[in-house]
Amino acid sequence: MARFRATALLAVLAGVAFAASAAADPIRIGMSVASTGPAASLGIPQRSTVGILPPQIAGQSVEYFVLDDGTDASRGVANIRKLIDEDKVDAVIGSSATPASAAMSTVAAEKGVPLIVLAASASLIVPMTPEKRWVFKAPQNDSLMADAIAADMAKRGVRTLAFIGFNDGYGDSWLAETERAAKAQGIRLVDVERYARSDTSVTGQVLKVMSAKPDAVLVGAAGTPAALPQKTLKERGYRGLYYQTHGAANADFLRVGGKDVEGTLLPVGPVVVAAQLPDGNPVKPVALDYIHRYEAANGAASATAFGAHAYDAFLMLQAAIPAALQAGRPGTAEFRAALRDALEGLHELVLTHGIANTSAQDHNGFDARARVMVTIRDGGWKLLP
Amino acid sequence: MDPTIIAILVQDGVVNGAIYALLALSLVLVFAVTRVIFIPQGEFVAYGALTYAALDAGQMPGSVWLLCGLGAAACAASLRAEWRRLSPRRLARLLAGTLALPAAVLLATRELAPLQPGVLVQALLALLIVTPMAPYLYRVAFRPLAQASVLVLLIAAVGVHLAMGGLGLVFFGPEGSRATGFSEDSLELGPLIVPGQSLWIVGLTVALMLGLYGFFEFTLYGKALRATAVNRLGARLVGIGTAQSGEIAFSLAGVIGALSGILIVPLTTVYYDTGFIIGLKGFTAAIIGGMASYPGAALAALGVGVLESFSSFWASAFKEVIVFTAIIPVLLWRSLRGGVVEDEE
Repeated sequence: MARFRATALLAVLAGVAFAASAAADPIRIGMSVASTGPAASLGIPQRSTVGILPPQIAGQSVEYFVLDDGTDASRGVANIRKLIDEDKVDAVIGSSATPASAAMSTVAAEKGVPLIVLAASASLIVPMTPEKRWVFKAPQNDSLMADAIAADMAKRGVRTLAFIGFNDGYGDSWLAETERAAKAQGIRLVDVERYARSDTSVTGQVLKVMSAKPDAVLVGAAGTPAALPQKTLKERGYRGLYYQTHGAANADFLRVGGKDVEGTLLPVGPVVVAAQLPDGNPVKPVALDYIHRYEAANGAASATAFGAHAYDAFLMLQAAIPAALQAGRPGTAEFRAALRDALEGLHELVLTHGIANTSAQDHNGFDARARVMVTIRDGGWKLLP
Repeated sequence: MDPTIIAILVQDGVVNGAIYALLALSLVLVFAVTRVIFIPQGEFVAYGALTYAALDAGQMPGSVWLLCGLGAAACAASLRAEWRRLSPRRLARLLAGTLALPAAVLLATRELAPLQPGVLVQALLALLIVTPMAPYLYRVAFRPLAQASVLVLLIAAVGVHLAMGGLGLVFFGPEGSRATGFSEDSLELGPLIVPGQSLWIVGLTVALMLGLYGFFEFTLYGKALRATAVNRLGARLVGIGTAQSGEIAFSLAGVIGALSGILIVPLTTVYYDTGFIIGLKGFTAAIIGGMASYPGAALAALGVGVLESFSSFWASAFKEVIVFTAIIPVLLWRSLRGGVVEDEE
């Protein structure tokens, strides 16, 4: 009985100490994402993910500050300055697209605040320079995904490939990665076409692609606009293999693509097909947990791979914060520096998109476990063995 | 590049050009009558397309609520401007036009949307939802500025464009939609496959142009619009209500915009912000036509469509650059030949 009483007393004391410390120094996390503008389909689920984040990490209460940058680099910079100068945040998550993320990363380095970007381009953290020391990246590098595509093509005997992609940074990055990965597998890139996200017709590009007679076509585009070239190719009777990038992996792409995108091959983060992963896969419970909690708050079938990147950024912070708390109180420069150091030393951290091992040179930390090849069957994603 | 490819590219260019032609016509019309460069024209395309797509999917389109809100705002604006001169009859007409009409459309949408009553009814309903927004916008945003300079009107138009773009994101979400077309059949002409929908587009464009021609030549309202366009002061002196002319011009622009959207959404994915770039290409055609000539604008629009189609084949990365650069030689030629056109005030 006495022992029970002592335990209870300890628990109460611990609880009081806990509450006191939590009230004293909340950890402040800022977020600037593109919840309007061209990248809104990425930014909106990322913004909604904040709603399911816990109010406490390691016994410290956490405050979240969320801003919208409208997919605009200059607003992204204004946002991160506001978050750091006015809201005194300890870390920033964002933005959704590469241009705003790149612009924000210079401010993060200037102010000494860790930034976890949610954009895909590897150029944000590679090659590692003193300015990029403060920048970490939650989504997989394009190169990882491009390698998966090229390996799959080689397996299926593809010798010639045509690329049709966005006429912007996303398309540029994918074109560069595709050239490299295809060359490594001995696949010849026979035609490169570009189109804009807002184009209403790609007939010209598709005719050019078809006159090059490639074995496979890779569409380097994101979201529903990725369906347009494929629908036009189908309409014109192209019979080769269709590949898409992981940027196309959302439910709206399936809705708009309909039966014309059946059989498409693409690499995705495991969270997209979480329920189909084998039971031994460590990513499966984490990804399912995110999906269940997100969908409980936002409605059935609402979880996306893009929102999961924001959750991964949070998981990275959550893993790094206990070590940072040893070094200083939230809100201090010591805390932020220790947080940055801890983010660099993540070991086998299980995220919804894979397992991360970060280092001073690799601020993303993903390996081949962060991608799976899927196909589209009966209007859904089907995991390929 | 063989003849088949040329034929397919021309076909694609003509279909796109037909839409640009419709938009160019309504831009010229609105500018001639009200001196407003109607930038939100593109938003009407997107609203028409996405409202139709929502109805096609059996959902309640969010734009209905905007219609109701704009109707109420237009009612308030008109009451404020005219309360001294309102007779009971005019008041009744105002209330019917700005409050009863949106309410009726709202009820009809609520009844019909879940039933998915077929493409023609859906298209009509989408037209009814989107079209009245244009005259309401005129009353709220442009009529109070009717005497201002072209530049002030342009700034107001940009403001309306931004507001409608933002609201479009709220109503329709960031992702695009497609919808069922008027015709799923296609016609085979040798190597060409002509989808029925593109025949609808070209056919309706030609019909609308003929209709507009008849409207301007043979009806009193059409003649009043032309008179307002030629000389605003003179038109007022002979008793033509220029405000009413503005409203008719905006209504026509609304119909044309919404119809263009309904026509293209089966062929391509339309986003809340797709309309702007389509409207801009219509604007390019209108500029080439000198913002004054209807046949000039229509022909230029076909040219823009075909140029776009061929440049997407030859140099897809520079397609937009090529299309928009086409304005420069035309402007040079016009300014060298015609001298400075006085802004008529």
